[in-house]
Amino acid sequence: MEESRDSIKDIWGERTPYEGEWPARSDQRTSEEPDHWVQSACVLCSNGCGMDIGVKDGRIVGVRGREADRVNHGRLGPKGLHAWVANNSKDRLTKPLIRKSGKLKEATWDEAMDLIVQKSKEIIENDTSLGMGFYTSGQLFLEEYYTLGVLGKAGLGTPHMDGNTRLCTATSAAALKVSFGSDGQPGSYTDLDTTDAILHFGHNIASQQTVLWTRILDRLAGPNPPKIIVIDPRETYTAEKATVHLAPKLGTNVPVMNGLLNLIIEAGNIDTEYIQAHTTGFEKLKKIVSMWPPMRVEEVSGIPESKLRQAAEILGTAKSLVSTVLQGVYQSMQATAAAVQVNNLHLIRGLIGRDGCGIYQMNGQPTAQNTRECGADGDLPGFRNWGNEEHVKQLAELWNVLPDKIPHWSPPTHAMQIWRFAESGSIKLLWISGTNPAVSMPELARIRKILKKRKLFVIVQDAFNTETTKYADVVLPAAIWGEKTGCFTNVDRTVHISHKAVEPPGEAKSDLDIFLDYSRRMDFRDKDGNPLISWTTPEEAFEAWKKCTKGRPCDYTGMSYAKLTGGSGIQWPCNEKYPDGARHLYTDGMFNTSIDQCETYGHDLDTGAAVTKKEYKAMDPAGKAFLKGSDYLPPHEMPDEKYPLWLTTGRIVYHFHTRTKTGRSQQLHDAAPDGYVQISEEDAVKYGIGEGDMITVTSRRGKVTEPAKIGGVEPGLVFIPFHYGYWDNDKRSRAANELTITEWDAVSKQPHFKYAAVSISKEEDSILNKLGQAVETIAEKLKPQEV
Amino acid sequence: MHIGKYIDLVHRTEEDLVDAFKLVSKAHSDEVDVEQTCVLLSSWSKKLADELEPIAKRYKKEGDKEPDRLTKTLLKKARKGSMALLRDLHDLYLIVSEVLVCCTILKQGGTALEDEELVSICEEIERQTTRQSSWLMTRMKSAAPQTLIVAK
Repeated sequence: MEESRDSIKDIWGERTPYEGEWPARSDQRTSEEPDHWVQSACVLCSNGCGMDIGVKDGRIVGVRGREADRVNHGRLGPKGLHAWVANNSKDRLTKPLIRKSGKLKEATWDEAMDLIVQKSKEIIENDTSLGMGFYTSGQLFLEEYYTLGVLGKAGLGTPHMDGNTRLCTATSAAALKVSFGSDGQPGSYTDLDTTDAILHFGHNIASQQTVLWTRILDRLAGPNPPKIIVIDPRETYTAEKATVHLAPKLGTNVPVMNGLLNLIIEAGNIDTEYIQAHTTGFEKLKKIVSMWPPMRVEEVSGIPESKLRQAAEILGTAKSLVSTVLQGVYQSMQATAAAVQVNNLHLIRGLIGRDGCGIYQMNGQPTAQNTRECGADGDLPGFRNWGNEEHVKQLAELWNVLPDKIPHWSPPTHAMQIWRFAESGSIKLLWISGTNPAVSMPELARIRKILKKRKLFVIVQDAFNTETTKYADVVLPAAIWGEKTGCFTNVDRTVHISHKAVEPPGEAKSDLDIFLDYSRRMDFRDKDGNPLISWTTPEEAFEAWKKCTKGRPCDYTGMSYAKLTGGSGIQWPCNEKYPDGARHLYTDGMFNTSIDQCETYGHDLDTGAAVTKKEYKAMDPAGKAFLKGSDYLPPHEMPDEKYPLWLTTGRIVYHFHTRTKTGRSQQLHDAAPDGYVQISEEDAVKYGIGEGDMITVTSRRGKVTEPAKIGGVEPGLVFIPFHYGYWDNDKRSRAANELTITEWDAVSKQPHFKYAAVSISKEEDSILNKLGQAVETIAEKLKPQEV
Repeated sequence: MHIGKYIDLVHRTEEDLVDAFKLVSKAHSDEVDVEQTCVLLSSWSKKLADELEPIAKRYKKEGDKEPDRLTKTLLKKARKGSMALLRDLHDLYLIVSEVLVCCTILKQGGTALEDEELVSICEEIERQTTRQSSWLMTRMKSAAPQTLIVAK
C-alpha cells in the first residue's frame, strides 16, 4: 500500500500556511501501481474534491487528488482516500433479486423489470400514478436525477418524488429560496482565502468537510488568520479552533441568532445603504430581534451574555465574512428560520456577492445540489416555480407534453409525507434508490413497519444489501461511482465530471440505465407519440439537462463533457456571459426574487403556509432580497422527569451515512468500529457510569445500547452518531434513529434529528437484570398462544 | 347599538377556535404536522381571545342574547382518516373565515367610534387569522389530490 499520508491518524495532514493562493498538496493512496488514471471527483461528502481514480487490470487500485482542481488543490480526506475499496467488495450486489415465497431470490433483469412494470401499470390503472412514490438520494449523478425527474413528472405525472436530501439539505434550499428567491449558493470557496472572519453554525466542518477545514487550518497557520465563531452544543474539533465558541441548549438557534443580530443592529454595525437599495423587510426584522437582549438570550439558550457580545463584535465589525450552516441548524427546531438569520446577517452588513464574502448553506451529500436542481426532490427542474404557469409551460414545451401532465396542481410531496402516504396505504409502490431509510430515517420502528406492509411494493436500487433491501420486493443491483460516467455539483456550484474507470460487477447497471430501461418498458411518450426520453447515454442526458437550464440561475449551457474533462471543475452559471463560470452570485445586489424569476412565492416561517401568487404580486420585491425574522418556538419534546436528558445525533469523521461504503474499508472501520453514547463528566458521575460501560438510552420511540464515551458535551446532553445499523452487527439495538422523532420543519420539511428527550441507564449484569430478561423471554414465548 | 354583539361573536368564536384546533390536533395526531401546527394555532387564538376579553366586557350589555355561531354546527366532533382530515380542516377554514368577516365589519364600527383599542385588536386578529387561514388552505391543498383520488 502506497500512501502519501496517514489520514486516519492525521485527519487533515501537513500544514501549508498561506496568504493569497492556497498551495497545492498531493494526497494519494494506492494498493498497487495503477496502469492508468481516470478523472473523477470524490463522493464521500458535499465538498466535491477533484480526484483521479487509479486503475490496474480493470480494477480500481487507488485515488489521488487533482492539484489543478479549484476545490481541493490536490488534497483528499480520510474517507476519500479509503472508501474506494468498497467498489471491489465481495458484498456487491451483482444480480437482480425478486421476493418469492417470502425470500429474495436471484432473477434476470427482464424478470425484475417486467414485474416492476406490471405492478406500476396495475397501480396506475386502479389509483393513477398518485399510488406511486420515489425516494431517491444525494448520491446519484445529475444525468440520473434529471432522467428520473422527467420520467416521474412527464411520464408518470406523480408529485410523489423526493430524495434523502430531505434529511440533509432541504433547509439549505429552503433558506436560500426564502432570502434570495431561488436556490443557489451565493459564494465561492475562494472566499476562504481572504476572509476576515468565519462563522460555523451547527456545522462541525473539521469532521464533515475535512478538506475545506484544511483550507481554514492553513489560513490559521498563515500570516493573517481569520477569526472564527462556532455555534455548536458540543466541543468539536471545529470548536477547539474557535475564537469564540457559543454552546447553546438544543433547539435555541433562533434566540441565539436573534440575539446576535440585535446586538449588531444596536451597535449600528449595518450597511444602511445596502439595506435600502437591495433588501426589503428590515424594520420588521429589527422589531423581532429587538425582543432578544443578551440577558434573555442567556436565559433561554444558556449562552453567557459576555460571549454573545464577543461574537457579535466580531460578526459586526469583520470587513469580510464567510458563514457555513449545517445539520445543527437544519435538523433542529425552526430550521429554516434559523438558517435564514445567517442570510440576514450578511444582507444587513452588505457582505455578499464579492470576494471574501460567502454564505454556504452547506449540503450534506456529494450530489444533493443536483437532486434539488434536476427535480428529483419534487421541485421543478432548473429552479422553476411550480406555482408559475409560465415555468410549467417552459417544461411542457421542452418535454413536448401537455402542461397538466406535469404535477403542478399540487405542491411536491416531501419525503416525510411520502412515507406517511405509504403508511396510510395510499402509496402502494415505493421505489428507493441509493439510500438506506431503515437506518437513516427517524423513528426506525415505524419505518420498518411501513416497509413490511404487505400492500406496499418496495423496490430498492443499491450497490449492497442493506438494512432496507431486507424488506424489498425487488432489489436492483446498481453500478456506483467509478463504474459509470456522470457529473455532479458541490456546495460552491463547482461541477465535476466523474468518468467511468472500470466495469460494474456482474450484471449491475448504472442508475441511468435502470431509469431509461423502465421508461422504455413503460413506453412513456410525448404528445406527438415519440419516446418521451430520447437520450441513451450520460452525455446525451447532460446535453438535455443543459437545455433545461438555459436562462435559469443554474445555467449549464456553457459546459460540455469535453470542457469538464481535464483541468478543474467549473462553477455554474456557465454560459455566454460567464464562459468559465461565475465565482459569485448576486454581485450587483440583484436577487432572483422578481415574480417571473423566483422559485417560490414563499412561506410563513412558523407554519409553512404558502404565500399565494396574488399576495406575492402585491409585494413583488423585484430583485430585492427578503429580510425575514421569526420569534422563538420551543421544541415539541422537552426533557421531563421520565426522560430527563436531551439526545442529539450526528456524524463522525471516518464514516459516511449508514457506512455502506465506509464500513467496508478496513481502516475506516477500525478507526471507528462501533457506535457510542457521549455524555458529560457531570452526568457520568451522577449516573455512576465509566468510560466504555454499556449504556441503554431510551426514548418514547425505542431504545439502543451503546458503550459510553465521557466528556466533550454539556451536562444534560447525550450524543450518538447515526451511522451504525445492523448489516454488520445485529447483536444489539444500536441505530441512533431508533430514538429520534417523526416531525419536521414547517418550511423545509426536514426532520428534527437534533433533539429528543431520553433517559439513560447503565447495563448491569445483575441478577435483577437477568431476571427481567428472562421474564421478557417468557412473555415473548407466550404471545403466540395468547393470540 | 349592536356592536357589542359582534365583539361577543368574535370573542366566543375565537374561544371556540382554541378548542377546535386542539380537537383536530388530537383527532389527527397521526399527521404530525397537523398535530403540531394546530397546537400552535390554538395558542394564537387563545392569545387573541385573551386580548379581546376586556373589550368584550366593556361593550357587553346585560341581557344580550348569545349570537349564533358557526361552531355550533361545524366541527362538533372530529373524525378519523384522510377524508375526515380534509373535512375537519375545511370546517376550521370556515370558522376562521367567519372571524375574518366579523373583524372586517368590526373594524369599520370601531373606526367610526374612534375606539383605537378596538381597531388595533381587530388588526391583530386579522393578521393572525389570515396566517391561520393560509396554513389551512395550504394543508388542504396538499392533502386534496391524494384524498380525492387514491385514499380509501
